[in-house]
Amino acid sequence: MSWLHLLILSPFIYTILIPFLYKSFRRIHTGWFVLPLPLILFACLIKQVKIVAKGSVLSYVARWIPSLGIDFVVYLDGLSLMFGLIITGVGALVVLYSVFYLAKEREALHNFYVYLLLFMGAMLGLVFAENVLVLYLFWELTSISSFLLIAFWYQRKSSCYGAQKAFMITVAGGLAMLAGVLLLANITGTFSIQEMISQFSLIRNNPTFIAAMLLLLLGAFTKSAQFPFHIWLPDAMEAPTPISAYLHSATMVKAGIYLIARFTPIFGGSMLWFWLVTGVGLLTLFWASLVAIRQVDLKAMLAYSTVGQLGLIICLLGIGSAAFYYGTGVTEPLYTTAILAAIFHLVNHSTFKGCLFMVVGIIDHEAGTRDIRRLGGLLNIMPVTFTLAVIGGFAMAGLPPFNGFLSKEMFFTGVLNASQFGIFHLETWGKLIPVVAWIASIFTFVYCLIFVTRPFLGKHHPQKLEKITREAHLGMLISPALLASLVILFFFFPNDLAKYILYPTMAAILPGFTAIDSGLGPIRAWHGWTPELFMTLGVVTAGLVVYFAFRKWPRIIRLPSRFTWNALYDGILEKTEELSGRVTGSYMTGRLRDYLIYIFVGFIILTAGTMVINGSFAFDLTTNSPVLFYEFVLFFVVIGAAVLVLRGRTRLASVVALGVVGYLIAGFYVILRAPDLALTQIVVETVTTVLFLLCLYFLPRWNEEKPEGFRRFDFVIALGVGLTVTSLALAASGNNLFDSISWFYEQAYELAGAKNIVNAILVDFRGFDTMFEILVLCIGGLGVHTLIKLYLEGRKSK
Amino acid sequence: METLMSVLIGVLFAIGAYLMLSRNLLKIIMGSSLISHGANLLILTMGGLKKGGAPLLGEGSASYTDPLPQALILTAIVINFALTAFLLVLAYRTYINVGTDDMEQMRSIEDE
Repeated sequence: MSWLHLLILSPFIYTILIPFLYKSFRRIHTGWFVLPLPLILFACLIKQVKIVAKGSVLSYVARWIPSLGIDFVVYLDGLSLMFGLIITGVGALVVLYSVFYLAKEREALHNFYVYLLLFMGAMLGLVFAENVLVLYLFWELTSISSFLLIAFWYQRKSSCYGAQKAFMITVAGGLAMLAGVLLLANITGTFSIQEMISQFSLIRNNPTFIAAMLLLLLGAFTKSAQFPFHIWLPDAMEAPTPISAYLHSATMVKAGIYLIARFTPIFGGSMLWFWLVTGVGLLTLFWASLVAIRQVDLKAMLAYSTVGQLGLIICLLGIGSAAFYYGTGVTEPLYTTAILAAIFHLVNHSTFKGCLFMVVGIIDHEAGTRDIRRLGGLLNIMPVTFTLAVIGGFAMAGLPPFNGFLSKEMFFTGVLNASQFGIFHLETWGKLIPVVAWIASIFTFVYCLIFVTRPFLGKHHPQKLEKITREAHLGMLISPALLASLVILFFFFPNDLAKYILYPTMAAILPGFTAIDSGLGPIRAWHGWTPELFMTLGVVTAGLVVYFAFRKWPRIIRLPSRFTWNALYDGILEKTEELSGRVTGSYMTGRLRDYLIYIFVGFIILTAGTMVINGSFAFDLTTNSPVLFYEFVLFFVVIGAAVLVLRGRTRLASVVALGVVGYLIAGFYVILRAPDLALTQIVVETVTTVLFLLCLYFLPRWNEEKPEGFRRFDFVIALGVGLTVTSLALAASGNNLFDSISWFYEQAYELAGAKNIVNAILVDFRGFDTMFEILVLCIGGLGVHTLIKLYLEGRKSK
Repeated sequence: METLMSVLIGVLFAIGAYLMLSRNLLKIIMGSSLISHGANLLILTMGGLKKGGAPLLGEGSASYTDPLPQALILTAIVINFALTAFLLVLAYRTYINVGTDDMEQMRSIEDE
């Protein structure tokens, strides 16, 4: 255990306290108790920034399941540190914001903060885990906590639907990822990511390379809501807005990006990886920005914009992966700019999108709606919120003086570079990448403009709103204001950010990368009349044209609802449920008889089948011990009594016959040299018979006129069971596969001081077994007692 | 002896199975009782029969019957007793609550 382990586990440990704090201090908002934790964790991680920026990497090992090679190894490099800072930093702001967003009188705050801390711990574990199985564990844990948080208002049907959808898609992807990493572990013989990376050439030459890559990407694409798995993210917006800001824009949805970045040294350089990652990212960017502009719910618009921005980052990582085409990765700016742009935009996105989500939360909180058709003219009422919306919105649109401008320009550089690589058929198809990226940026610009203008400008319609709108509480504005100031700060001091955060992150992705001889110049807002600048100017011009044309042209590109991905998902879900219902219903009849038939037939098939396959029907009867005359007599009497149990006309006859069988079997125990068994059997049989007779008093008489007829089908099954058991017994007595181990127990006197070997086994050699047997007996007794007592008490109270 | 026992075990199992497939609650319990008798004898038979004296030291036997199956069966008898007792009380409660001991009629009674 190290401080980094503690850092990951501390949110989990803290969750235990939350319910108690909530119960004991009802007057204080539980969020205030939670807030210090992410702040402390953030401070701990900030302290590491300088160390990591110098190029050192921290790694600590905690043994977990050494026999399987699974150790809880944590690894702190630039990439995980950057994510850790975002998780704890945005986490602290979100907790602060939630204190004012969620009313302490109405909401189940203890649940909320337990889930939130659960997520924080899981996400920290995910980015710091060095072992792929530990990574997977935390990966799924984030899905679970996301599920719980989306369904926080579980009374709403849409919340449950959204939660289920998010869970199904991300967990299915997670399972694919597990298969992918297991394939990698199978190739390399290790669960450590760093060791896998060092054996990348072995992986690339393996026939399962492509399968592992596809499975891993499936995990990344589902988690990061990439086309066509993006459909869960808009429905996840049913979560409380602080959660949307935290999980579904700043952290969890970036886990897929993290995974891609982490495994780029292994898969990068392959043409399939390049085109899949770049293509899917670009397609998602394009599709999501197109869909985003026709949303009327502000949160849905932000959800699609998040999908698009994630696509943008993934597309850049795809382009950057070409650096690995020449082995361990070249560090020329031609390739590395794209990776730098991806990381830079990832950081920026966390700031401006977090800010925007909080703005939507404020509007929702104060105006009671997020529908842009009902909102308008909020500028005069909420000037501060408007300012924040402008900062966040224009940063997302890629305008100066906000950080989005820098990373957007760099994005254009990245996509323009792609056509100059001269590999992967980029000389022909590469031209397409900047074009699509440019068009997508126009739509991005348009929806940012809609977001900033529609709720705030125009006329205010108080009659359309449910409550009187006023500016938000100061506490609610702190968090978005801090994020907005970061947006501006990163614009003016991008190179400090690069030095401490971005370059170390790049060094984690590109093994040979160093900030000094990277060839990347300082990040500048003004870099002359470059193609990138003209592209931005083009985006603004075309965006304004589309924006004004769009107002008069509201319904473009609307797919019939039958053909959407959502309809496909719903259809698959419905059909699966129907099918599984029908299959289960077909054999789960609720009839004991049917279940017993499954058991008996299953027993016959499995036992007899195994015997047939192994040829065990060759019976050897020569070792039989001799049979005496009175044993024959006993044999026939037992069979006669058993038949009488079956054929008995009255209940009494059957019960007595059953008792006779029991006592005669005690007789067999005597013959077969088992005195203890005989004694026990006689005692137990007596009590059992009394119990049966007692039961007769309460249970109804059998219908003597109309006894159950001969059941041919049951007879066949019963005969099958009997024959199978007989042959099993014959085969067992004829075959001797193993030597007896009973000689050990014959030393009972020396070892246990007992002369009765059976007793010694029960109370000494296998004492624990006997203790548990007594426990079973106790539980049975309790069951009997409860069944009778509850009934008697129930009758009394009536 | 082993062959004889094998046949006996088979008969006990067959009758037990047939009874368990019946519709009557009491017959089902009787069936399970017979099957457990059969199972106990099966374990005993598998260990070999009459291979020596009873497993009591100090009786002067040259060799002993395998004590291990006997220890197993002793446990099984007791557990089976608990099971039968529980089943009987369950049958009693079921009959009191639903008013029938016929499994088929019970199916048509809705859950409370």
